[in-house]
Amino acid sequence: MIDKRIASVDEAVANVFDGATVMVGGFGEAGSPIELLHALIDQGATGLTVVNNNTGSGEVGLAALIKAGRVAKMICSYPRTTNSTVFPELYRSGRVELELVPQGTLAERIRAGGAGIPAFYTQTAVGTPLEEGQERRSFNGRDYLLATGLTADFALIKGRAADPHGNLVYNKTARNFAPLMAMAARTTVVQVAEIVALGELDAEVVVTPGIFVERVVAVANPQHESVLVASGVSYP
Amino acid sequence: MSELTEGLGLTRDAMAQRVAVDIRDGAYVNLGIGIPELVAKYVPEGREVIYHTENGLLGMGPSPEEGQGDPELINAGKRQVTANLGAAFFHHADSFAMIRGGHLDLCVLGALQVAANGDLANWSTGAPDAIPAVGGAMDLVAGVKTIYVITQHCTKNGDPKLVETCSYPLTGLAVVDRVFTDLAVIDITDSGFQLVELSPGVSFDYVQERTGAPLIPIGETPSSGGTER
Repeated sequence: MIDKRIASVDEAVANVFDGATVMVGGFGEAGSPIELLHALIDQGATGLTVVNNNTGSGEVGLAALIKAGRVAKMICSYPRTTNSTVFPELYRSGRVELELVPQGTLAERIRAGGAGIPAFYTQTAVGTPLEEGQERRSFNGRDYLLATGLTADFALIKGRAADPHGNLVYNKTARNFAPLMAMAARTTVVQVAEIVALGELDAEVVVTPGIFVERVVAVANPQHESVLVASGVSYP
Repeated sequence: MSELTEGLGLTRDAMAQRVAVDIRDGAYVNLGIGIPELVAKYVPEGREVIYHTENGLLGMGPSPEEGQGDPELINAGKRQVTANLGAAFFHHADSFAMIRGGHLDLCVLGALQVAANGDLANWSTGAPDAIPAVGGAMDLVAGVKTIYVITQHCTKNGDPKLVETCSYPLTGLAVVDRVFTDLAVIDITDSGFQLVELSPGVSFDYVQERTGAPLIPIGETPSSGGTER
């Protein structure tokens, strides 16, 4: 019997180890798995390399994980957003490393990693400061840069609904990086608002097939980063 | 700027309205954050334009009514938006396949500097204490068929933003097709900045004085025989 349901967020992140690479879903607050991130802070793993488009906002979710000193390195495209103060401060004082990657290259590196493709060429960033250290090659008269696939030990993502096999659907623009990260991580942990019985998700509309998912945990009323930030919440 | 400039040139909304005139019916368009977002308000009647936002939505609509928004339905600027009838959601790899694969017709972006050869700088001033952040700008300029820039002609200090060579870190090489400013519409050609249109009451000399590279006057083609890209 395949049943990927896990009883609690704490149990779902229990084996994240020090020094692990963790992909975290979300673009801004849309799709940010706040409850899983808070469980990871409680769990205590440190020296993490985290992959996310941003670096969180306020002092909750991803920003709280960074503030707690658990993140050694961020791989992202846009580390400063509205209400993003934690990362800039630690970065300026040299306490967190940054690998800046153009957003589309970041997405494709994750997709490639999950698809077993070690590297690919892209025209993005040719002739810019972000070309530094990358191999350039010409195809059909146009220059491209070599980008390598990204994989991770864990992915923490958020969906709208899952079934016990781990088949997933998402909510609107909260989908963003999650389906790619689910493919690229050895252990993908998903928090969903609702776990439904097998057969209740239409096989034609499943976005992430369960093969890419290891653990599913129900968080019925997930918190929203903007609401927490606006009310001045700081985790823990 | 001096008193002379007061009242001269287009407002931000008028600039956005001018850009909208050049967006064809049926186009798939990505609008950058800031002034470019205003363009959506001014698409002429009778034209249908589909807006792409790189965080996973085609068919983006305006901001929701107060209290009707969903924190998980946002645009690339992380502001709440709506989804129009016929919209589609997709993940980031598909979204950037649309961009990198040349499926989008047009992208309208802001700029720090545009060079006479079409180089664009719009992601960093290169200040040593700045937190580098690029987002999707480099992917958009490298992948989208046509790149329009909408910007004030000069910085707040009065320095030209249209220059011979960008001094700020580049976003892309030779990527800009047309620039819409408060003072003029200018094409990037193989011969440099080609003036297309002056804003009402603005003279050629006035724009040239505020541009960091030679402007080719309206209707003139340079003797070097350059052709538009």
